[in-house]
Amino acid sequence: MSRTAVADAPVDRAAPPVSTLRQPRLPRWAPLGLAAVAAVLGIGIGLVGGLDSRLQWGLIAAVLYLGLTAVLASTVEGTRQAKDRLATSVIWVCFLLAVVPLASLLWETLVRGAKVLDGYFLTHSMSGVITLEPGGGIYHALIGTLEQVGLATLIAAPLGLLTAVYLVEYGTGRLAKAITFFVDVMTGIPSIVAGLFILSFWIIILDFGYSGFAGAMALAILMMPIVVRSTEEMLKLVPNELREASLALGVPKWKTIIKVVLPTAVGGITTGIMLAVARIAGESAPILLLVFGSAEINNNPFDGAQSSLPYFIYEQWALGNEASYDRAWAAALVLIAFVMILNLVARGIARWKAPKH
Amino acid sequence: MAKRIDVSGLSAYYGSFRAIDDISMTVEPRSVTAFIGPSGCGKSTFLRTLNRMHEVTNGGRVEGKVMLDDEDLYGPGVDPVSVRRTVGMVFQRPNPFPTMSIYENVAAGLRLNGDHRKKDLDEIVERSLKGANLWNEVKDRLNRPGSGLSGGQQQRLCIARAIAVEPQVLLMDEPCSALDPISTLAIEDLIGELKSRFTIVIVTHNMQQAARVSDRTAFFNLAEVGAPGKLVEIDDTERIFSNPTVQATEDYISGRFG
Repeated sequence: MSRTAVADAPVDRAAPPVSTLRQPRLPRWAPLGLAAVAAVLGIGIGLVGGLDSRLQWGLIAAVLYLGLTAVLASTVEGTRQAKDRLATSVIWVCFLLAVVPLASLLWETLVRGAKVLDGYFLTHSMSGVITLEPGGGIYHALIGTLEQVGLATLIAAPLGLLTAVYLVEYGTGRLAKAITFFVDVMTGIPSIVAGLFILSFWIIILDFGYSGFAGAMALAILMMPIVVRSTEEMLKLVPNELREASLALGVPKWKTIIKVVLPTAVGGITTGIMLAVARIAGESAPILLLVFGSAEINNNPFDGAQSSLPYFIYEQWALGNEASYDRAWAAALVLIAFVMILNLVARGIARWKAPKH
Repeated sequence: MAKRIDVSGLSAYYGSFRAIDDISMTVEPRSVTAFIGPSGCGKSTFLRTLNRMHEVTNGGRVEGKVMLDDEDLYGPGVDPVSVRRTVGMVFQRPNPFPTMSIYENVAAGLRLNGDHRKKDLDEIVERSLKGANLWNEVKDRLNRPGSGLSGGQQQRLCIARAIAVEPQVLLMDEPCSALDPISTLAIEDLIGELKSRFTIVIVTHNMQQAARVSDRTAFFNLAEVGAPGKLVEIDDTERIFSNPTVQATEDYISGRFG
């Protein structure tokens, strides 16, 4: 018996059964290799053809990469795999197309902004500085941005939060539909229109002067719909079972919302508010109309002209000389850093407050 | 502690759709009453009318009377919040509050209702966890999040949370359907212990479970999909499972339909 088994074995080895589960595969490094080949070809074609734009080189390489992947995969692996590879490659190319401008923008700002960015620049204003010459700083603009954005957040965050709570937890029928509609409309308001509205209402009709607060009101108008929308989404994510569990314990609805629903969603809500802050921190149009702009330090947001980072960038760029360009780039770098720090803080809070497992 | 529930002529609606029609029954105190019946026959809806959780659903509406001893739950001026403090509920899927620790979960009902006496709370939490047969498993990690427990432990945590507020009646909506047999056994044992203190109503799809844990069983059915659910009969569990009066009950229990 055992002899036959041994005798049978070589026969099996000699003619292995045809596997229906295995197909020829490209090696794992194939996509990277193809990308390298496409890049080299792209550069080569660019140099030979005398194309001066690097963008063209990159696009040629991208198209070549897609074409090479499709052809190679369909000859070696078959159509289904080829489609899979092609889809993957398209996504990668799109990703790079999106990331390259972002990275280049960051790099450019970093390189140009670092030139005059130092402690002095952050702690001094433009007061008494001759704009054609180097020197001066953004302290007044930094104070302005912090105060205006802070005030706007104080107005918009509670209003937006409460609106979202109403829409998700209480709102049914016409009022809720109307509010949703107006929030949608508000999302589309151009910042200059928000600025004009406050200008005509606050400064022209009510006859108040230019101030950081006027700017903050316009920013709040821009911020509120974003807060409502993001908070609404976050509250909808809270499982209904948690609300029912709390109600079934005999907890009143308002307390259920405060103690169960909001804490469960607090991470996402904070992230939403921070993103809204980041969004309005870069607005210059309402500031131009309502805060007027100033070279001096004005710590009081309720009285008199102030500056802000986006306004400062615009103002320095408009001056059009070497020193003011440097200041504009440095201010842009500070603004980007400010927004980035806010985002990081928001992520930190979201992670810290997220439901624990 | 335990109270009798007396339901008469109760219908429940979702908007204009009538989900259950004209149900009357009595639930005896200090006993376990099981609701069985095919999916969609309104068992859960009926259960939720017993502590006014039905009206939490959009468009939820109830007609009829639910007497708790001698008070009508749907009488004028009755506050649903106080009803729910008297009639507690355990849900199908374990739903501990994800932001709270095990201790806070059990204390939630009292804390959220404004009870902050620390010493009493410690005692109540311990008593409730012991009552839910969970104390020995979690006593060393009361400050860990409740969502870190296993499914069966989470469900016992939810039972502990429900009994911590000392309700008169405990409603359970398929409390074991998401659990494995061992956790199910733990919960069934627990139900056996709890019935000495509470009136318990349990919805279940598991007929052996109904036979094991309940004193009385109610069979619900519906004529067709889209028709309202009705109570077919309610009787001692033993009789329902051995010698039911209605043919449909016998068919359902012996697996001839549904």
